[in-house]
Amino acid sequence: MNENTEIARKLKKILPAVQKPGRYVGGELNQVKKDWESVATHIALVFPDIYDIGLPNLGIMILYEQINQRQDALCERTYVPWLDMETAMRRAGIPLYSLESFKPLAEFDIVGFTLPYETLYTNVLNALDLANIPLHSAQRADAHPIILAGGHATFNPEPMAPFFDVFVIGEGEEVIHEVIDCVQKSKASGATRAETIQSLSRIAGIYVPALYEPQYHADGTFKELKPVFENAPLSIRKRICSSLPLPPTRFLVPSIDVVHNRVALEIMRGCTRGCRFCHAGIVTRPVRERSVPDILNALDTALKHTGYEEIALLSLSSSDYTHIQQLVEAIVDRFSGRNLTISLPSLRIESFSVDLMEKLKGVRQGGFTLAPEAASDKMRNIINKLIQMEKLLSTAREIYSRGWQSIKLYFMIGQPGETIEDVQAIADICKQVIAEGRKAIGKRANLHAGVSTFVPKPHTPFQWASLDSLPVVLEKQNLLKDQLRGPGMKMTWSNPRETILEAALSRGDRNLAKVIEAAWRGGAKFDAWQDQFNYNVWMDAFDAQLIDPEFYTSRPRDLEEVFPWDHIHTGVSKRYLKNEFLKSKEGQLTSDCREGCHGCGILTEFSDLRQKAPADRWLCPERT
Amino acid sequence: MQRIRIVYAKGRELMFTGNLDMQKVWERTFRRAGLELAYSQGFHPQPRIHQACPLPVGFTSQFELLDFWLNTNGTLQEIEAKLQPALQPGITILHMREVPLSENSLQTQVVAAKYVVFFDFKVNKQQVENRLNRLRSSEACIRTRRGKEYDLLPLIKSISFINGPHPYLEMILSATAGATGRPEEVLDELGIDYTDTSIVRTDLVLSE
Repeated sequence: MNENTEIARKLKKILPAVQKPGRYVGGELNQVKKDWESVATHIALVFPDIYDIGLPNLGIMILYEQINQRQDALCERTYVPWLDMETAMRRAGIPLYSLESFKPLAEFDIVGFTLPYETLYTNVLNALDLANIPLHSAQRADAHPIILAGGHATFNPEPMAPFFDVFVIGEGEEVIHEVIDCVQKSKASGATRAETIQSLSRIAGIYVPALYEPQYHADGTFKELKPVFENAPLSIRKRICSSLPLPPTRFLVPSIDVVHNRVALEIMRGCTRGCRFCHAGIVTRPVRERSVPDILNALDTALKHTGYEEIALLSLSSSDYTHIQQLVEAIVDRFSGRNLTISLPSLRIESFSVDLMEKLKGVRQGGFTLAPEAASDKMRNIINKLIQMEKLLSTAREIYSRGWQSIKLYFMIGQPGETIEDVQAIADICKQVIAEGRKAIGKRANLHAGVSTFVPKPHTPFQWASLDSLPVVLEKQNLLKDQLRGPGMKMTWSNPRETILEAALSRGDRNLAKVIEAAWRGGAKFDAWQDQFNYNVWMDAFDAQLIDPEFYTSRPRDLEEVFPWDHIHTGVSKRYLKNEFLKSKEGQLTSDCREGCHGCGILTEFSDLRQKAPADRWLCPERT
Repeated sequence: MQRIRIVYAKGRELMFTGNLDMQKVWERTFRRAGLELAYSQGFHPQPRIHQACPLPVGFTSQFELLDFWLNTNGTLQEIEAKLQPALQPGITILHMREVPLSENSLQTQVVAAKYVVFFDFKVNKQQVENRLNRLRSSEACIRTRRGKEYDLLPLIKSISFINGPHPYLEMILSATAGATGRPEEVLDELGIDYTDTSIVRTDLVLSE
């Protein structure tokens, strides 16, 4: 912290008294600090949780590198302070500031938030408040920054609509430059804030909520989004890159411990599996892969720049990467003997996965994670995740007998059509898995069942489904808690009240903005933190706004219902999603779309971009 | 294998990076430099980097000591040439030398640490002198830290107030296992709030 600003001077006095002061001073290896006066456009990126969680975020890392490569712009970062620091900052009159220049956020031209999940919403309001920026777009003056948001949760922007000037839907690598160019031009021409925001709305993939007014039916369901400005686009199509741009390699290396200390590299984006509950699987379509040489080169460069001792190869389904075996062998060839840890998550349940992991692990530590999600045939057909339990058992046997002592299995309860028998099947399969472990390695065998609760997500085939009611979730959890205990067994589960909040916000409309603001005013923040989440504050906020959360969570939705997020277009048609929902009710499977196109809509919607991509980089077969 | 000792300065960029995290900072520095560290034996092999004496969080230092072991053998010049471009902001190498593999661990050699304290405010010189004199002439100085009583006085090897246009305090405090003096404790005894000061470690005293 070498800054001689007023903020830095005040910080010196308060930092010794807060926990982990290293969160608040920046100065990381690979931090980019430009001369403030020498660039035209100043952008601050915010991850609305603490540094420890936000620093490793790949989205921020990608945009930080993208923007800072420009001569005419600078990108700085901030995270939200933990409770003790927030108190100290408010007392000392320190506004939320950037970690590079120690400048107040309000002095930037653009402030961009990433919203990967809904339980960060109250932290956004807290961050704006701490930055002395008015919470509502409508209250901001010309001098205030443009406040924008991107990330997976913004595929339903409505609950947060009043708080943002602009939403960026989809992949940010290309559109961020168009946003910067547009803001630069506006500023140079002396445009007002409203004019700037309107010109931003002409960029593909940009949604400006102030240009529309939502209309509702008498029963409260959504009727339409009515444009109140001429030329406001009626549908916002997400942005995608025709082929994946080069991955970031100058990762920020923090000087304190954070949740992930590693080089993270996306080997592919998108997923062809079609699990019906999966939001990421739809919004990140189509599947685009990076080539093995590109991946190896990026890893090489990133390791040289960072010195990290860990590599994570990211994707939604690593086993589906076309050249996975070649990639793993090349990585072992190039990087073995360097005491590196290499993680490869999201592996298919089959013995080939055990072979892959065995190659990657010089020293076997930790556990082996698999995600069967459901345990009965019926449920697997409903959710469209084909895993034979016999295969799970044989894979588990392999894992234990080849030296891993611990297996983690992810399950999801509460999917549509699930009965208590289907939950019992989860308990049964866990007992069989641990029995395999005991046979193989005796009492050393461990099993950790991570049981989450299904939340219906917008833009998925299950967007019409109801959230299980609280008593039903509790009954299912209790069954599992009762049976998944004893030596070597461990079970973790999600707080069902947190699930209710996530479900309400996920499929919310613009009316929920009042609830979010009331909850924040009532003290809600860090809702993603188990020990901070306050259910009563949220329920009071719903009550005060005369809104019933069940309207959003468990209300059965009509197949013809118009949704508040229908104007956001992922490229996958609503007709396709509806058909998948109906197939789930019949227990009909849909095959992996690498085997044949099911006509989800991506290929027709993005045919122009497909033309630009090298033939083998999109994993969509030609339509027949 | 060779064992090398570095004397380095730790600047403001790293003043909130504690001892455990410094271990990682150095490990990654060596990785970036492409220097092959030796690893400990056992189930969880650890790179052999030994720091002499933890620097409390919030301080800077002009004299930190660290030993590391390399699997290879190179000249000091070669090693330094690789290390320099890989350094984390906040680290400045002051000196490097090779030490015998058989030498005792650095940690056991440290007996005392020297600190200099600068004031962010206009200090009342007379008051500090008076309190120093009182401290020097007392028989014991019993304080409580983390619920335990201890005597601060024998931990202070020397202390002086250097007057001038920019007055400062200089102190040498014991730094052996179980007998480590902390500058903040001394400052508190002198009626000075350590958050109004900048504390720099300027030397580590090793046993003969």
